[in-house]
Amino acid sequence: MVLRVLRGMLGLLVLVQASIAYAGLSIEIIGAGEHQIPIAMVPFGGDASLGQSIYEVVVGDLQRSGLFRMVDPAGKLPHELAEVSYPDWQLRGADALAIGSVSKQANGRIEARFRLLDVVKQADLGGQVVSARDGQVRAIGHRIADIIYEKLTGDKGVFSTRIAYVNRQGQHFDLVVADSDGYNEQIVLASNKPIISPAWSPDGSHLAYVSFETGHAVVYVQSLYTNQRKVLADFRGSNSSPAWSPDGKQLAVVLTRDGSSQIYLVRPDGKGIRRITFSGAIDTEPYFSPDGEYLLFTSDRGGSAQIYRLQLKGGLEQRLTFGEGNNYSPRYDPNGKDFVFTHFENGKFQIAVQDFQTGQMQLLTGGGWEKKPSFAPNGKLILFASEARGRGILATVSSDGRVQQHMFTQSGDAREPVWGPHLF
Amino acid sequence: MKKLVIGVVLVNLLAACASEKPKEPEVVAPAPAPVMAAPEPVPAPAPEPVVEVDPLNDPSNILAKRSVYFPFDVSAVQEADKPLIEAHAKYLSEHADRKVRLEGNADERGSNEYNLALGQRRAESVKKMMVLGGAMPGQIETISYGEEKPLCTDHNEACWSQNRRTDIKY
Repeated sequence: MVLRVLRGMLGLLVLVQASIAYAGLSIEIIGAGEHQIPIAMVPFGGDASLGQSIYEVVVGDLQRSGLFRMVDPAGKLPHELAEVSYPDWQLRGADALAIGSVSKQANGRIEARFRLLDVVKQADLGGQVVSARDGQVRAIGHRIADIIYEKLTGDKGVFSTRIAYVNRQGQHFDLVVADSDGYNEQIVLASNKPIISPAWSPDGSHLAYVSFETGHAVVYVQSLYTNQRKVLADFRGSNSSPAWSPDGKQLAVVLTRDGSSQIYLVRPDGKGIRRITFSGAIDTEPYFSPDGEYLLFTSDRGGSAQIYRLQLKGGLEQRLTFGEGNNYSPRYDPNGKDFVFTHFENGKFQIAVQDFQTGQMQLLTGGGWEKKPSFAPNGKLILFASEARGRGILATVSSDGRVQQHMFTQSGDAREPVWGPHLF
Repeated sequence: MKKLVIGVVLVNLLAACASEKPKEPEVVAPAPAPVMAAPEPVPAPAPEPVVEVDPLNDPSNILAKRSVYFPFDVSAVQEADKPLIEAHAKYLSEHADRKVRLEGNADERGSNEYNLALGQRRAESVKKMMVLGGAMPGQIETISYGEEKPLCTDHNEACWSQNRRTDIKY
């Protein structure tokens, strides 16, 4: 099973290698989805007059998902429904067509009007107007990509969501929040001491993280709106690995205040601390199930690092990973049916997914230095930390393992990535 | 390098000793006894300068070694490091005012959080041995940097082996 997936991926590596490079960040896409939807997208009328092309953002998003194949408009450039001749697009092999135009409003806002057409059925799938302040043009592109993605795949798009990660340059550490494609980076915390384990609150308003700025690992919770923060846990030894419950009313953290690293629950104000594992071994990396009733975590209680599940009501604990190698960093698929984690075997770290029902593990990557996976909120993409050209980079892989994307930040090592929630 | 320098210093000292011949006793006529009305109070002999070298600062002392190393994914102290830890324990027990901070570290293999926990346990296992050796728990703080403060950043065992350690910091 694992071999088959790996072989499939190797075959795909040579199939498609698209590369999109901008000033600060470069993105490489490797592989192709099994059933790609051929879509033609015509550069929006007026797009060239913008400092940032909306068209490029939408195309980049759709390509990274691995679910679309971009069809060259080859000279046909309609911007209005009346200008569209369906046979032109059927000839080009497109199943869908997106057209539109952008303009700057009197109040300074940028407005994009676009329309999605079903070329096969020759049907109008609907049009929408998306607008934003000048300077947030990329956000317009992500929103349009989300709408196209949802209309054509039936799943909610995640292009408008955000990610968090730590960028390390020598002894300098930045906690960064960026768009899902790595652009629009904002530094949330800059420090000359390590920062690890950022975790999004379910509403996307706060980040919990671990900072060593006082000399040891302390957990903080910081508002992304006000930048105000408070200490969540600062006991002796190490305080680490925060994870929010789905209702946002408590966090799981790992403390060594009673000896070895054990899992505790705490309210977001740092009060009401309650210990919930009692193994005496290493218990760490807790992560809540979507229904909030279970925690996945990493433990070496059986002699090596493996994934376990704890039922919060009743305390039943169950080992989930067996076989060769060690396993770390588990996270639930938003659908609750499987979980993703880091598998370590024969000196290689790879991203793997395991079905709860069958217990089958499937490797999604094959490079050898892939760690810390987290699902996009729609469960279709997985963000992880990787390494290329001697640097730590961010990467994504589609949940079927077929399409990978590498994101190179401007400089330094990107690490500890985590995908944020949908924002409403 | 350090060992070599110490060796050279020792040889010089020995050479100095060998070249110093014992002085021959001189024959001197006894001086006439002073006439004293009353014995003057004899000033107390000046205290000899007490040169107490803190063994912590003695580079030839075992206490100069401040790092304990571990195999991969192991936090138990290795047999070879026990004398070192016991020496630090003895020092702490004899110097109740001294405090020490044990900093656990891990190599980059494993997850960041697992390595943080592993580093903490590496610090704790050294602490445990120090307490058994006579140090007071209150003298010892344990923390972990996990994989975040590597001494060496290459992806190979020669490098990783340096990063799997507990540093003893006074």
